[in-house]
Amino acid sequence: MSKILEPVVAVDQLVKVYKTTRAVDGISFALERGSTTGLLGGNGAGKTTTLAMIMGLIMPTSGTVKVLGAEMPRQRYQVLHKMNFESPFVDMPHRLTVWQNLKVFGMLYAVEDLSNRIAALARELDLSEFLDRPTGKLSAGQKTRVALAKALINSPQVLLLDEPTASLDPDTADWVRAHLERFREEHGTTVLLASHNMAEVERLCERVIIMKRGRIEDDDTPRRLLVRYGRRTLEEVFLDVARGRGEAREAAQ
Amino acid sequence: MSAPSVSAATLAPHRIAAMVLRYLYLLRSSWTRLLELIYWPAVQLFVWGFLQFYIAQNSGFFARATGVFIAAVLMWDILFRGQLGFSVSFLEEMWSRNLTNLMISPLRPIEFVCALMIMSLIRLAIGMLPVTFLAMGFFGFNVYSLGLALAAFFVNLILTSWAVGIVVAGVLLRNGMGAESLAWTLMFVLMPLTCVYYPVSVLPDWLQVLAWALPPTYVFEGMRALLMEHVIRADLMLEAFVLNALYFAAGVFAFLQLIKSARRVGSLLQTGE
Repeated sequence: MSKILEPVVAVDQLVKVYKTTRAVDGISFALERGSTTGLLGGNGAGKTTTLAMIMGLIMPTSGTVKVLGAEMPRQRYQVLHKMNFESPFVDMPHRLTVWQNLKVFGMLYAVEDLSNRIAALARELDLSEFLDRPTGKLSAGQKTRVALAKALINSPQVLLLDEPTASLDPDTADWVRAHLERFREEHGTTVLLASHNMAEVERLCERVIIMKRGRIEDDDTPRRLLVRYGRRTLEEVFLDVARGRGEAREAAQ
Repeated sequence: MSAPSVSAATLAPHRIAAMVLRYLYLLRSSWTRLLELIYWPAVQLFVWGFLQFYIAQNSGFFARATGVFIAAVLMWDILFRGQLGFSVSFLEEMWSRNLTNLMISPLRPIEFVCALMIMSLIRLAIGMLPVTFLAMGFFGFNVYSLGLALAAFFVNLILTSWAVGIVVAGVLLRNGMGAESLAWTLMFVLMPLTCVYYPVSVLPDWLQVLAWALPPTYVFEGMRALLMEHVIRADLMLEAFVLNALYFAAGVFAFLQLIKSARRVGSLLQTGE
């Protein structure tokens, strides 16, 4: 019974210290199955380090991360095949064609009926016409769609995204967001999205965690954050938090 | 949809095959990479082959030792190119900023190492096989006439090359591209000590101790014994194998420790921020 209620991702008192810098400073949160949560914060807020600890790429200094019940990074091989990640800061081999890249990653994730899976992803993500083109020769928008195809190839239960629409034109970015929404609804995937793009977070996420200097400054639904800060957009809320106006308001109240 | 097995202890051949396929796709897509594999071994062969011709014409001793330089250069290339084949395949992941994708996939470090060892053999075959035939055609030296001894030389040299390649990969993971030059230069530190072109007895006594701690030294001594005295030194090959087993195990251990350290310092993360 308790197994059913266990969160998909459980972060507890997580700390990461690099030499003298506390990149992540005692954060805790839990993600429910099928939810989409935005991780907001400026540069150096600790978003990417948090994502990396959830993926088992970085060992926490203290605290724990559990994904689907497995402690990261110690038990990562129990769950890595159920997770995936996409970031514009991580490339795929440039000289390999889109199809070759997807085949290699499909094999790594032991995807069954791989040819059909690649064909289906190519249709969904509009990749069919350049499956045979080297990945490095594609435009930024096309590369993002390929990276997304790689991230979805194993139909992950947990999907981590680090600024998935950075450097995309508004039209392509909107297309990517629409696809992510559809995928989440169809597969019940739990999504954690680190982003600077407030409009993106407002559209995709039912919950927002705002980080600053390695700590969680706020954690709520976008609507409640807007009401609490008396703002019309998440961008204004973000600026309030970034410039410490949220604390000032609380102190005044 | 997919239901992969989750056994923590076993190696998954499909993941090793995926990585080998990835490197074969890369080689197939780049004729410059293929050419590079043959280019340097061929240049080395011609330089040392002609030098051997010249010396043999002017020295009775070297006239007896037909092919000793050519054999030495071929053996050295097995050692050096074997390590380079391993390290360059690993570096391809760093150059293409693909390492994070692999590290968050179910690919285990040992499977990665297995794929790199297979690629080292494939790259060696592409580079060295044509060169051995050039040695036959131009210098009348048939390395395959060494028979079983060649197999023993090869196994020992490739094991050393992998042990060095594994440590270099671990250092690269831990320290990033700043350590790239290690991949190209580390083996040359061993070159004077492993006595590729001269007997160990040439070295000062204290350096000989160091030389005998390196498995390739046994191979090059064994090769000279075979070519110049027509004696097969099985004892040397066995000693080299024991040392190799130790160094290989130490290399794998160091690699796993360096990955652990990379997780602590965050160097596996190649994303922004």
